[in-house]
Amino acid sequence: MGLLDFFKKIEPDKKKSGFLHTLYDGFFTFLFVPNHRPTKGAHVHDHTDLKRTMIFVVLALVPLYIFGMFNVGHQHYLALGEYVGVGEGIGAKMLYGALKVLPIYAISMAVGLGIEFYFAFKKGHAIEEGYLVTGALIPLIMPASLPIWILVLAIVFAVIIGKEAFGGTGMNIVNVALLARVFVFFAYPSSISGDAVWVAGVDGYAGATPLALAQNGWASVTNTFSTEQMWWGLIPGSIGETSKPLIILGAMFLILTRIASWRIMLGGIIGMVLMGFVFNAWGATPFMEVPWYYHFYMGSFLFAIAFMATDPVTAASTNRGKWIYGILIGAFGLIIRIFNPAYPEGWMLAILLINVFAPLIDYFVLQSNMKKRLKSA
Amino acid sequence: MNAALVSNFLSFAGSATFGAIFPILSMVVYGLIGLLTLMYLGSILSRKRPKTIATGSVKVLKKGFDIPVKGVPTGAVENVMVNKFAVQPKNFPYIFPIPKVTVEVGDHVNAGDALFYDRDNTDVKFASPVSGKVVDIHRGAKRSIAEIIVEADKEQTYKTIESINLDSASRETLVSFLAKNGAWPLINERPYDVIPALDTVPRDIFISTFDTAPLAPDNALIVAGKEAAFQTGLNILRKLTSGKVHLGLDGRAEKVNPAFAQAEGVEKHWFSGFHPAGNVGVQIHHTAPIKNGEDKVWTLGVQEVITLGGLITEGRYDASRVVAIGGNKVTKPRYVRTFMGANIGELLGGDGAEGRVISGDILSGEKKEIAEFLNYFDNQVSVIGEGNYYEMFGWILPSKKVPSVSRTYFQGLFPSTKAKDIDANYHGEERAFVMTGEYERMLPMDIYPQHLMKAIVTADYEKMEGLGIHELSEEDVALCEFACTSKQPLQEILRKGLTELYSE
Repeated sequence: MGLLDFFKKIEPDKKKSGFLHTLYDGFFTFLFVPNHRPTKGAHVHDHTDLKRTMIFVVLALVPLYIFGMFNVGHQHYLALGEYVGVGEGIGAKMLYGALKVLPIYAISMAVGLGIEFYFAFKKGHAIEEGYLVTGALIPLIMPASLPIWILVLAIVFAVIIGKEAFGGTGMNIVNVALLARVFVFFAYPSSISGDAVWVAGVDGYAGATPLALAQNGWASVTNTFSTEQMWWGLIPGSIGETSKPLIILGAMFLILTRIASWRIMLGGIIGMVLMGFVFNAWGATPFMEVPWYYHFYMGSFLFAIAFMATDPVTAASTNRGKWIYGILIGAFGLIIRIFNPAYPEGWMLAILLINVFAPLIDYFVLQSNMKKRLKSA
Repeated sequence: MNAALVSNFLSFAGSATFGAIFPILSMVVYGLIGLLTLMYLGSILSRKRPKTIATGSVKVLKKGFDIPVKGVPTGAVENVMVNKFAVQPKNFPYIFPIPKVTVEVGDHVNAGDALFYDRDNTDVKFASPVSGKVVDIHRGAKRSIAEIIVEADKEQTYKTIESINLDSASRETLVSFLAKNGAWPLINERPYDVIPALDTVPRDIFISTFDTAPLAPDNALIVAGKEAAFQTGLNILRKLTSGKVHLGLDGRAEKVNPAFAQAEGVEKHWFSGFHPAGNVGVQIHHTAPIKNGEDKVWTLGVQEVITLGGLITEGRYDASRVVAIGGNKVTKPRYVRTFMGANIGELLGGDGAEGRVISGDILSGEKKEIAEFLNYFDNQVSVIGEGNYYEMFGWILPSKKVPSVSRTYFQGLFPSTKAKDIDANYHGEERAFVMTGEYERMLPMDIYPQHLMKAIVTADYEKMEGLGIHELSEEDVALCEFACTSKQPLQEILRKGLTELYSE
């Protein structure tokens, strides 16, 4: 264990250089699981821990990053009129996308973890892993053209106001990654809405997304994009939300490992489909007439329900509550999508809204359990 | 950046056409989705159901987990030479910290003679498990009594107990008979796990005749040869309650010992399931749940019932115990016959020098030094690895041969029942509650453990009671603690909540 001895030797003094020690501890525990042991309580513990849990979510996101890079490049060259075929210039597209996406990821990690480290030091406890997931999710829900300074502001706002103010990982009320996005949406709407932002690096190019086109009915969407194109995600959009099969792959991985709740995901799909039936039957606008199943192809429904709604901290925490929570998100998201022509992507707002109501949902579930106990008394 | 330049530079990649690779890519992606789905379905379909042998009305509890640990005790019960025994007042929550000790160092006591009594409850005597010389009275913090140590005689002598006619004796006579002969502390009262007051009449009395905890002793070995005492113990208990005596029986055993299966005068309930199905708390929940802090029921283990009955059948305070010695750091997992409160070092006889020694089971027992003594209610010594090591990249390694309920390990996806080595390492760091639904899978009761824990932490008394804190004891949430991703000390939190409610 030469490496361990080396790291033990360079451990900074906790009292003299606290911040350095916090930093050291953060990196050391990534290298080694410490020798912590209980003195009382259960003497055996499962091998899983929060680091493992969080890193598994990041693993589920990796395919989305790779595809996201490609698609950023692809949309860029498409707008320029070069390498129009999907298979042409893959290397160039990957390189262009990487140069756009990786800085966003690096900045997201640097800023978010920096704040996390600082608060861990201030509060005198170990660095928590929650931001690994948040920091990996934020780039995926931003357009690649987003100016870096706006990104930095959004992350600072989301992490400090959304998480640290509530006491850090595990205490926040709303989804931190979505809070970053909603900050950009309200503070700098022109950088994250409209037709001009979804293709990176081509000035003056405006390409409508499927959702924008769907205001005029499904036919106008298919005039521009084929369903296969939408399904595989070769459409303009946020970095990581476009490829449906890869999202399903990640979601299945999280369901298999039991990290994300299948109840929330299935509930969300049920809620969305039911609402889709209602709108199809109503049919007052062309958007309402879009068949319910095509809503899976457009926008970020699958991404939101698989990765955003299932954040265990902000979701409902009882099994029955999770069903209700998922269904409400599905239903509300579609309502916002259809009734808000200015910004048709409803999931961000729907999830934040239902996040706030999640404790209330749990409250009613718990109340019924408590009432049952009282009744038998 | 000149995009054209870059793309020229990378023209090698541009030659591949997406049209050619697209079918392969999509096959890979759909294949992976299919594979994950198959694994998911496979893990659900291969999930082991609790074995149920007994027929009839068996309550099958599907939640919980049997931790497969190496070192399950086997074989016949061996005799072992133990010289020192101790009674530890700290084994009884909430009794006055400085009990009145009625013996002095150097005194000779018979088995059954009082060693001390609680100043708040002076009629309840705590008896010496063996005859011998009082060699030491250890004091703990603030002059509390930590343990009273008796060095056993070669030939055991017993305090003479006047006979009592169980059929004609009144409840009061029986209660004072038990109290003055040192048998009263054998009775555990729920909620709170306290020694009952002498005037308490419990709603019901519950006895679990099987132990599902890891490495737990087989109660058939314990009751062997003491069937009459066990039945007499049940008869005594029947007279003490206004309700019924409930016996929890093992629905997964091939053959349940007739002492249990044919016990008379009791309500029998069959349970089958993983640990903690054998916990009396779980059985109470599925028989007649505790409704509030005033709804008092009593619980006893099989050994305690035998000691109780022995007062009448043998006319003496028989505190002999069959103790299971197990764990992956024990060279020969075995059963030994000794007395209550035996010295652990002597019991192990040199075994378990390296490793963590636990009085009780590995989930809810107490860490002990070799020189210390078995706790009052424990009939199990577990020795497992201490786990004092740093594991490189331990949190990300894809699979290890470790018992796990986490499906991030193959062991969690497709659990094998093959016994494994285990140690006391946390395997992670302490964190706030993040994951949800973990505890519910480990507790076969209609209770929301995580919300209850949060209610305790935030001192929300109404919610604590409403969510059923009174139905729980440490051993019931111990498995949740095992499964907890955030390594939260659930047993400690639960006891804190119980203590707050108790002292109100």
